[in-house]
Amino acid sequence: MPNMRMDKNPMPEQAPDVRNKNFLEVTTGYTEEMAIDEAQRCLNCKTRPCMEGCPVSVKIPEFLTFMKDGDFEGAYQKIKETNALPAVCGRVCPQEKQCESKCVRGIKGEPVGIGRLERFAADYHMANVEDKIEVPQWNGKKIAVVGSGPSGLTVAGDMAKRGYKVTVYEAFHTAGGVLMYGIPEFRLPKDIVQKEISTLKKMGVDIQTNVIIGRTLTVDELFNDMGYDGVYIGSGAGLPRFMGIEGESLNGVYSANEFLTRINLMKGYKFPEYDTPVYVGKNVAVLGGGNVAMDAARSAKRLGAENVYIVYRRGREELPARAEEVEHAEQEGIEFKLLQNPTRILGNEDGWVDGMEVIKMELGEPDESGRRRPVEIAGSEEVLDIDTVVVAIGQTPNPLIRQTTEGLETNKRGCIIADENGLTTREKVYAGGDVVTGAATVILAMGAGKKAAEALDKELCGK
Amino acid sequence: MSYKIVEKKMLNPTVFLMEVEAPLVARKAEPGQFIILRIDEHGERVPFTVADFDREKGTITVIIQIVGKTTRDLAKLETGDELLDFAGPLGQPTPLEGKKKVAVIGGGLGTAIAYPQAKKLHELGADVTVITGFRNKELIILEEELTKIADKLIVATDDGSNGTQGFVTDMLEKEILAGEKFDEVIAIGPLVMMKFVCKLTEKYDIPTMVSMNPVMIDGTGMCGGCRVIVGGETKFACVDGPDFDGHKIDWDSAMKRGRMFADYEKHSCEDGHCRIGRTHKYED
Repeated sequence: MPNMRMDKNPMPEQAPDVRNKNFLEVTTGYTEEMAIDEAQRCLNCKTRPCMEGCPVSVKIPEFLTFMKDGDFEGAYQKIKETNALPAVCGRVCPQEKQCESKCVRGIKGEPVGIGRLERFAADYHMANVEDKIEVPQWNGKKIAVVGSGPSGLTVAGDMAKRGYKVTVYEAFHTAGGVLMYGIPEFRLPKDIVQKEISTLKKMGVDIQTNVIIGRTLTVDELFNDMGYDGVYIGSGAGLPRFMGIEGESLNGVYSANEFLTRINLMKGYKFPEYDTPVYVGKNVAVLGGGNVAMDAARSAKRLGAENVYIVYRRGREELPARAEEVEHAEQEGIEFKLLQNPTRILGNEDGWVDGMEVIKMELGEPDESGRRRPVEIAGSEEVLDIDTVVVAIGQTPNPLIRQTTEGLETNKRGCIIADENGLTTREKVYAGGDVVTGAATVILAMGAGKKAAEALDKELCGK
Repeated sequence: MSYKIVEKKMLNPTVFLMEVEAPLVARKAEPGQFIILRIDEHGERVPFTVADFDREKGTITVIIQIVGKTTRDLAKLETGDELLDFAGPLGQPTPLEGKKKVAVIGGGLGTAIAYPQAKKLHELGADVTVITGFRNKELIILEEELTKIADKLIVATDDGSNGTQGFVTDMLEKEILAGEKFDEVIAIGPLVMMKFVCKLTEKYDIPTMVSMNPVMIDGTGMCGGCRVIVGGETKFACVDGPDFDGHKIDWDSAMKRGRMFADYEKHSCEDGHCRIGRTHKYED
C-alpha cells in the first residue's frame, strides 16, 4: 500500500540564520527512513507521467521501486542508466517544472520528492559503493569535447561507454564548467562534482585543462592536426550581459560571472588562505531574478553584507529561479525589490559605487515570452543606498569559437545553430547546451548532450 | 600537466624574466597577446603579456615586475621549478602589418611588452624608433635587445642618471618636432604614461595604439572584469583587445578601475597570510 500522506517529507537543512554565515551545503539530505517513507508515496502509475517531464528520461517509477525496498544501490544504478550526473541533478534541477510537475500526487497534495530521492540514491552510492568501472574496448575512433560543463561531461561519458577515445578541452584550470565556477558550494558541493568527473576519468576520458578552443587550438586544428573524427561543442553561455546603464564601469559593479567565479572557482570566500580577493560591501544589489541572481545574493550575504537586495523588474510569480532557491533566499534574509528596474548606478569621486537609482514598474500586456511586459511608472524613481552591484541578467555564448570556425553558423544572439540532434552547419561538429539555447539549465544541457552523443555515434559508426 | 620554468633571471632589482615550457601556447602566440598563469592550488589567475616566444623550443617568455603577493611568490621560483597552470595565447594579436614608420614607446615594465612588437615591426620591414623610459638607470631593461632591432633607440630616465633626462613624452615630441613623420605610435606602460602619450599624439594627429592590462580572471570574455570604455562603448580587454585606439580610451575610468583590488593586494602581500584586508570576515 502506498503511503498516502499529502505532503513531502521535509528536507533537513541548516537553520537560515546559521547557514547564511557559512558555505556548507544548505540541505543535509534525507535519512534512510525518510527516503523509504518518501518513495512509498509513489503510486507507480502505469503511464509514468513523471518521466515525460525529465529531459534525460530517468526511469523514475522503477528507481523509486528499488528505494521503497531499501535497495538504494539498485535505485542508483537505475538512475545512472540514463543520467550521468545524478548527485548534481538531484540538487540543481528545477524539479517543480519537470518530473514533479507531472506527478499525480501533486494534484491533491505535494508531488513525490523525486529530486530529493535522486540525490539520496546518488549520495548513498558515493558514500558506500566502490565504482566498478569497465573500460570498453576502443572502437578506433576519437572525439573531442569542447567544454567540461554538464553537457560536455554527458557527451564524454556516453561516448566513452560506446568505446570512443574522448578528450575534453577546458579553458579553465579545473573541469566542471558552471558546476564549478557558477553554482556555489552551499548548493552543490564541489567534491561531488569532482567525484563525478573522476568517474569519467576512470572510464578513460582524458581531460585537458588550460586549453581555450578558439585560441590555443581551433576546431579545424582538432580535425586536421589532432585527428579527431568528431567534435562536440558544449562551451556554454559564458559572456556576461550588462544593463547598459550609466555607472556600470564603477568599482563595486561585478558581472555575476566575475563575482561567482571569484567565490566558487577561485575560493575567494577563503581569502587570504586563497589568493583571490572578492570585495563585498554592506549594501548589495543583485540585478535579475534567476538562479544565478539567487546564488549571487546568497553568497553576498554569507560574505557578510548587511543588506542584500534582489532587484527584479517583474513580479514574484515571474521570477525564473527555482522555487526552492527563492524560498531559501527569503529565509536567509535576502530582500526582494520586485517590480523595480535600475536606471543608473551612482559613484563617488574615487570611482566606487555609492548608490543606485531604480524606477518602479507595473506589468502590462504579455510579451513574446508569454510573460507580462514590465512598464515603467513615470516619476517613481528612487535612490537606494548601495555600495556593491552584481549584474545577473543573463549570459550569451562566448564568441571565440564562432569567430575562429568558418562555416559554423550562429543566430543573431550568437548561439550556434544546431538541429534537433545537435548537428551544426559544419560536418561532424555537434553542439548543445547553453551555447545553442542561450543560458538555460544543467539538465537541459545534459539532455542535449545525450541526443548529440547518440547522433554522433550513428554518424561515425553507422549504427 | 605542469609548466616548467626553463630560465629565470632578474633584469633589475624588481623585474625578472621567466621562460616557461608551454608548447601549445608557443605554437600560436603573437606579439600583443597574453597568457594567464597560476602558481599553485591557492593561487590567483594572473595575466601577463607575452614578451617573447620560441616556437621550436615550445617556450613563452614573460617579464614580470614584483608588485604584489603573486608576483613576489613568482619571483621566488627558480629555473627548473614548475607552474601549475599556464593558459593562452589570449587576446588579439597587435595588428602590425603594413606600417612604414612607427614609434614604439615603452614605459618601465611596458618595455617588455613593447619589445616583441618592435621586433615584429622590424621583421616586417618597418622603420622603428623605440623610446623607453625608466625612473633611473638601475631599472633599465632590454637595452641590448632593443639596440638590435630598433632603427633608433632612445632610453630616457626621469632622474637623468643614464645621461638622458626626461619623460618618454618629451622624447617623442622632440622627434616629432625634428620632423620625424610617424604613421603610428604604439604606447605601452603605466596608464598615466599612456594617457599623456595619447594627449600628445592627439595634438599632432598621429594614430596611437595602447595596450590595456586591467584586472581579469579568465581572459576569455567570461568575467567582464576587464571592461574598458572605448569611444563610449564598453569593451572587454581580453577578447576585444588588449590593444585599443588610445585616443578613444576613457582614461579616468580605467585608472579608477585599476585600483579596485589595490587594498587587498597590499594586505595580501604583507606576509602572505595576514588576516586583515577584508571588509567582512567569513565566519566558518
